[in-house]
Amino acid sequence: MAFSHLLELENVETHLRLRDGTIKAVDGVSLTVDAGETLGIVGESGSGKSMTALSIMRLLPRSGRIVGGKVCFKDRVLTDLSEDEMEEIRGTEIAMIFQDPMTSLNPVFRTGWQVGEPLRIHRHMRSRASIAAAVDLFEKVGIPEPRRRVKQFPHMFSGGMRQRAMIAMGLTTSPSLLIADEPTTALDVTIQAQILDLLRTLNRDYGTATILITHNLGVVAGMCDRVIVMYAGRIVEQGRTDDVFAHPEHPYTWSLLHSIPRLDADEHRPLRPIEGVPPDMLNLPPGCKFQPRCPFAVARCAAQEPELLQVREQLARCWVTQAGTRLDG
Amino acid sequence: MSYILRRLVLMLPVAFLVTVGVFMLIHLSPGDPALIILGEDRNPEAIAQVHQELGLDKPLYAQYLIWVGHIIHGDWGRSITTHEPVWNAITDRLPATLELGIAALLWSLVVAIPLGTIAAVRRGSAADRIATGVSVAGVSVPNFFIGIVLIYVLSVSARIFPFGGYVPITQDPWESLRHVILPAIALGTAGTAINMRFTRSSMIEVLNHDYIRTARAKGASWRRVVFVHALKNALIPVVTIVGLQIGGIIEGAVVTETVFTWPGVGRLAVESIFNRDYTVVQGVVLLAAFSYMLANLAVDLVYGWLDPRISYA
Amino acid sequence: MSNAPAIVAAGTPIRRRPIALLELAQRNRGVLVGLVFVGALFLIALVSPIISPHDPIATEPDNAYLPPLSPGHVLGTDELGRDQISRVLWGARVSLPVALVAVAVGLVGGGVLGLLSGYAGGLTDLLLMRVVDALLAFPALILAIALVAALGPSLRNAMIAIGIVAIPVYARLVRAVVLQLKQMEFVMATRSLGASPIRLIVRHLIPNLMNPILVQISLSAGFAILAEAVLSFLGLGAQPPTPDWGQMITTGRTFLPNDPWLAIVPGIAISITVYSFNLLGDSLRDALDPRLRS
Repeated sequence: MAFSHLLELENVETHLRLRDGTIKAVDGVSLTVDAGETLGIVGESGSGKSMTALSIMRLLPRSGRIVGGKVCFKDRVLTDLSEDEMEEIRGTEIAMIFQDPMTSLNPVFRTGWQVGEPLRIHRHMRSRASIAAAVDLFEKVGIPEPRRRVKQFPHMFSGGMRQRAMIAMGLTTSPSLLIADEPTTALDVTIQAQILDLLRTLNRDYGTATILITHNLGVVAGMCDRVIVMYAGRIVEQGRTDDVFAHPEHPYTWSLLHSIPRLDADEHRPLRPIEGVPPDMLNLPPGCKFQPRCPFAVARCAAQEPELLQVREQLARCWVTQAGTRLDG
Repeated sequence: MSYILRRLVLMLPVAFLVTVGVFMLIHLSPGDPALIILGEDRNPEAIAQVHQELGLDKPLYAQYLIWVGHIIHGDWGRSITTHEPVWNAITDRLPATLELGIAALLWSLVVAIPLGTIAAVRRGSAADRIATGVSVAGVSVPNFFIGIVLIYVLSVSARIFPFGGYVPITQDPWESLRHVILPAIALGTAGTAINMRFTRSSMIEVLNHDYIRTARAKGASWRRVVFVHALKNALIPVVTIVGLQIGGIIEGAVVTETVFTWPGVGRLAVESIFNRDYTVVQGVVLLAAFSYMLANLAVDLVYGWLDPRISYA
Repeated sequence: MSNAPAIVAAGTPIRRRPIALLELAQRNRGVLVGLVFVGALFLIALVSPIISPHDPIATEPDNAYLPPLSPGHVLGTDELGRDQISRVLWGARVSLPVALVAVAVGLVGGGVLGLLSGYAGGLTDLLLMRVVDALLAFPALILAIALVAALGPSLRNAMIAIGIVAIPVYARLVRAVVLQLKQMEFVMATRSLGASPIRLIVRHLIPNLMNPILVQISLSAGFAILAEAVLSFLGLGAQPPTPDWGQMITTGRTFLPNDPWLAIVPGIAISITVYSFNLLGDSLRDALDPRLRS
């Protein structure tokens, strides 16, 4: 089989079995990522964006299972691989960095040891050589005094420096795909900008495709070629970042865009927080999952769930826009 | 360095109270300490001699100061029955107790850490439930009873092991090992159970941390994640309990040594109680308390070495 | 043999009402089994004079060394021809009271120390806590043995010694809860309303202490029975001819090659009893500690 995309998800379904019932955390998600591209996945917590990433990596929590669909990467179907084969891909072809750099590094090992570890696991490199490589990587991701820093333990690093170390760890084996799950959420605003800048530079210099998961639309705007908006485990809108931002075709995206302050807004637009509460994943409403909170909802929305269909330049899962109505009318 | 100093300073009042307690041992019991010390042999001359030796005519605090002064200078008094210096009586018996204690500790760790780790990794499984259930039983069965059952099954019936006695390791390592196995298992079982539970709960907690997922994301195998990334973290709290077990070697030895006629410090204490040899009893109790306190201190220091987040600066 | 404190007081949220034991037993199987076992043991202790087939200390030299399942002697007889099952059943009347008294000594002694220390604070607290530290500086069994050595070997002195060993655990537990309570708003409020310290203790402190104390009582009862068995085994506790389990093992092990059950039967009795209390204590701790609930 030959695939045209670097990564392709086909109808992936991931379930979480909890004490009170089973949650469809990822419900029929299909997406593609091409080499060198940056894809943003946006949604509130619980929307399934992190679970989608963990499904790609096959690093789901104990309660999680991929129950349907498949994940294809290069010429392989990741969902069919054995655990051993999957370990070969993690940390070599696909790397992942996580939200909280404070807890994502092991407190009892030196940072250089941890950053160089993928090289020892996958490239059978000696300890000394792997730490020398870590020094180079620290330099590349902008950690000052790398020779001294590799010998330090994580608690001696600031949050921003830890996230740089995490990124360095992801880059050790020059992966073709980097998944960054909320990489800046736990950081100060100024540090956030630096980390995003770093990710952008790396994407440009190394051609590493990136999936950037965030709840922050501002981050997506500056970073991503394309964007996917998720709600209640489903993709509700998908398209080129410029298009989605210019004219959202799903009310949820529209609401997100109207709930954040924009410095470049030329009129005094009132901020509109999204009404209602995030959906109860154990008790999803019939029909469109966003319908209870939707300012545009019509009768049909509560009865039948829309498909993800082409609406002008992008894909959207909404009866209203599929019928031709424009949200910013 | 200053941390060690601070800890030592904090230990001083406790050490003072401990010595007061041990000193009071003889004075706790009703009646004239001289009579207790002399036991049956109570002619007036002997009583007067003991009074003078112990300074019993002086006020209590003065007696205490004299006693502590001697202890600090290494004079732990003389045995009432053998007139041998107490310090010598104890140090003669110490190697046997240490061999037994170390063997018991090794046994407990060799069993407990792998079992605790497996129980944690497969928590909720049948293996986990059995291991956890057995561990509650392990702390409930008295070690002297375990010793007796072992003797009956493996010495008396199966004749695999000798049913008691001690051979110094310097004299004949193989025989020494054969003699130490049963008492070490008897003594180490409670520790095994406790260490297993500690390892298990600590490992479960560690496996939930984000850095475990990071290690998995690097492509580390489960085995590597558990035994390299998780175990070093999980063992940090286990060190506390093991440290206390090292400090408590004499405590456990009292009973085990009696069961296996093992000529160690514990048996010395029991024999001395029956011989009303109070100076020796005092010596053993003092040694037990101080080794326990020092083990506590050592645990804190080892902690700093294991967990880089704790700095003693 | 651990006498480690149940780590429950610190960090658990303050409750106004202790959880009812029976309600817990319904929800948690371990608590239920533990309660049933402990209940059965107390029942045996209570009715052993009625259900024992023989007098536990009556000797019958002609019937010595009978093996188990002999007619009239289900578990056989010992070296003096005393009925083994009667002795084991009566043994519960020795062990359980020892545990009760020892726990009571620890609870009252430690409770008073902890209350004084936590309530008064300052220098009183500092001094009392050093005393508690000093008690904890001794390994538990060594302290018990030393105390019995000083007081003289007897069952009564063994009880007192084991009770004293239990004091520091309760002292720390009570003190921790008192300190936690002192921070709470409702205590400030009742104090500013002029409530007396006694009222404060009865209305607020004791209800909040119930849970951790319950766990600790169960665990230290297990320790007390174990310690009593050790002391009696060493000859420092119950003296012959008292039908005491530890004492029975001491004499029984002399006859191990030919009559192993003389040591093994009382050993099993001790193990079951200690296990019951430990199981109850452990299950209670797990059931009451919200952090462990999943």
